[in-house]
Amino acid sequence: MKHLAEYRNPELVEKYLAEIKKVVSKPWSIMEVCGGQTHSLVKHGIVRLLPDEINMIHGPGCPVCVTPLSLIDKAVHLALNHNVTLCSFGDMLRVPGSTKSLLQAKAEGADIRILYSPLEAVTIATENPDLEVVFFAVGFETTAPANALSVMRAAELGLDNYSILTSHVLVPPAMEAVLNDPDCRIDAFLAAGHVCTIMGISEYYPIIEKYQVPIVVTGFEPVDLLHGILLAVNQLERGEAKLENQYTRIVRPEGNLNAKNVIEKAFEIHDREWRGIGNISHSGYELRDAFSSYNANIKYQIDIPKAEESSICIAGDVLKGIKKPYQCSAFGKECTPQSPQGAPMVSSEGACAAYYHFSNINQPELSQD
Amino acid sequence: MLAKDQKIEFQLQCPLPQLDFEYITLGHGSGGLLTNQLLNSGVFELLSNPYLDKQHDGAIFKASGELAITTDSFVISPIFFPGGNIGELAVFGTVNDLAMCGAIPKYLTLSFILEEGLAIKEFWDVMLGVKWAANLCGVQIITGDTKVVDRGKGDKIFINTTGIGELIPGASIDANRIEPGDKIIVSGQIATHGMAIMSVREGLEFETTIESDSQPLHKMAENLIRDFKEKVKFLRDPTRGGLGTTLTEMVKSQPFGANIFQDHLPIDNQVANACELLGIDPLYVANEGVFLTVVKADIADAVIEKLKSIEGGHQSVIIGEITSEHPGQAILNSAIGGKRLINMLVGEQLPRIC
Repeated sequence: MKHLAEYRNPELVEKYLAEIKKVVSKPWSIMEVCGGQTHSLVKHGIVRLLPDEINMIHGPGCPVCVTPLSLIDKAVHLALNHNVTLCSFGDMLRVPGSTKSLLQAKAEGADIRILYSPLEAVTIATENPDLEVVFFAVGFETTAPANALSVMRAAELGLDNYSILTSHVLVPPAMEAVLNDPDCRIDAFLAAGHVCTIMGISEYYPIIEKYQVPIVVTGFEPVDLLHGILLAVNQLERGEAKLENQYTRIVRPEGNLNAKNVIEKAFEIHDREWRGIGNISHSGYELRDAFSSYNANIKYQIDIPKAEESSICIAGDVLKGIKKPYQCSAFGKECTPQSPQGAPMVSSEGACAAYYHFSNINQPELSQD
Repeated sequence: MLAKDQKIEFQLQCPLPQLDFEYITLGHGSGGLLTNQLLNSGVFELLSNPYLDKQHDGAIFKASGELAITTDSFVISPIFFPGGNIGELAVFGTVNDLAMCGAIPKYLTLSFILEEGLAIKEFWDVMLGVKWAANLCGVQIITGDTKVVDRGKGDKIFINTTGIGELIPGASIDANRIEPGDKIIVSGQIATHGMAIMSVREGLEFETTIESDSQPLHKMAENLIRDFKEKVKFLRDPTRGGLGTTLTEMVKSQPFGANIFQDHLPIDNQVANACELLGIDPLYVANEGVFLTVVKADIADAVIEKLKSIEGGHQSVIIGEITSEHPGQAILNSAIGGKRLINMLVGEQLPRIC
């Protein structure tokens, strides 16, 4: 906490805020890509401290939120009907599928376990050869190395009772998808610090080149975020578009080579459906053929009807920054964290849920940016 | 947390009774010979008092003045955790609920639902916890019940307790009496119990073991009421749902709101680290040894001084105040000067992916 406290230092926050206010001369829209950043911005009340000119747009970087409904249905189906032990990170459990969430399936008797690492799932499979263990492998580049390792470990051990249900998504293609939208109004990005910790920063140069948009690799604490915003505003005001790394204490330009190596061994790039956005080409990981026996999608023939998203949800517009969560007619009414109608309301890192939890839907002064 | 040496000494004085069975069987809940053997083997003796000694279906007792009654069930898993066990927790939990009503805890009932296969040794250790905690709180267990369910239909031990207490003269604990300007105080560090349980349950290891702060609060509550009477307006122990939920409930539909200052919230470093690591908000983590009180502003400093002089209260601190500015809402003023709404927790807190 000592080190954390440094990045929550009120004096530094004050200093960066003053600097942003000094530099900014016109309205700018900046997207923080990662859900962790959204959570932090709203939880610490930073959005309200920023000058009116700065419009923070909350990006698609919440893995729980963008996991397609159909995949959650698959996980529920596997747990209930295929007699598997379904292991998952905690916050996937509450996300409603088209009929029920994993938490509800658990209440109905399915063997569903919350784990902190997929390697624990491999241990469960090793110690219980009579159980069929499936790990729900969701997440961005950050969780991919551990998921890849779990499969490689299972292969080393010769396990035939372990597999993963993959929904891995990648950040750079999502940023491009957002930029390609004709309604896009994003002037700069705060790139997700943790993703860059794994992947490095080289993937962003082509995006900057093509779209002339500043990208600042940014951390998650209040001081990080304000520093990142300041760097982005500086570039925008000067008419620049370059890559800057605010999160130098963690992110090396080349990333984590060991982690990248593991990902490369186990996964290959595939098209992927994003909840709230749709299909994005080359935007996800799928297990390589060499590991197909660990791919739950292949191992279990799951034939369930395609799930339909709610028609009132404007998640696409929220994720692209065209609308704010509270501008949705269903926000806080039909759509709440208890009964989310769309992706950004499901996890506390989703833009809608973050606003729902931490701002006041009745009193605009707390809801406005 | 409390008088650890005394607790160990007490446990050593009460060795496991000699029994010809090692595990609880369905027969121990039949009401017949086995039930009798179990209770007579040492339970009655351990908890002995004139009411219980009659071994009647219920207890007849004298009381005076206004009474407070509360009931609570305890289903915690694991039943032994760093800093306590389910038996102590059951007594403290019920005692604390009475204390929060402004009452002096007097009598408790004790009902067990045991799972077939429970080791007698574990049952006895829980009983020792009950006895030790009851002694500490000055309450008597005056009646009880034991049932046994099939293996797999319980989780070792479930305990239900009902508590009866006598209202302290001058006590007037009522959220409707809260007014703008009143101060909000917590009696100790938050989120400790919940994180202690979570770290055992999830097998998480930190530099040192986080111990539950489970403890009785009745002495602190009694002292406050005796000294400050009706100026103590609200008392609540924020157990499940944590401080955040209690604050939200306190201001809901009221003509006042609450301003909480994040940098005043007392939290142990290690607990704060564990929360950060798991992506869990300490405001919504269960407490068992802490209470929240709202008092008139002119006595706030004296309340803190008083609490600090009592065991268990040395970390008490003013965390915020009542305001007329945003009625019905509790607002957290973040350490960096931002504001956010404290909302009711939806479902269970689940660790985040990243």
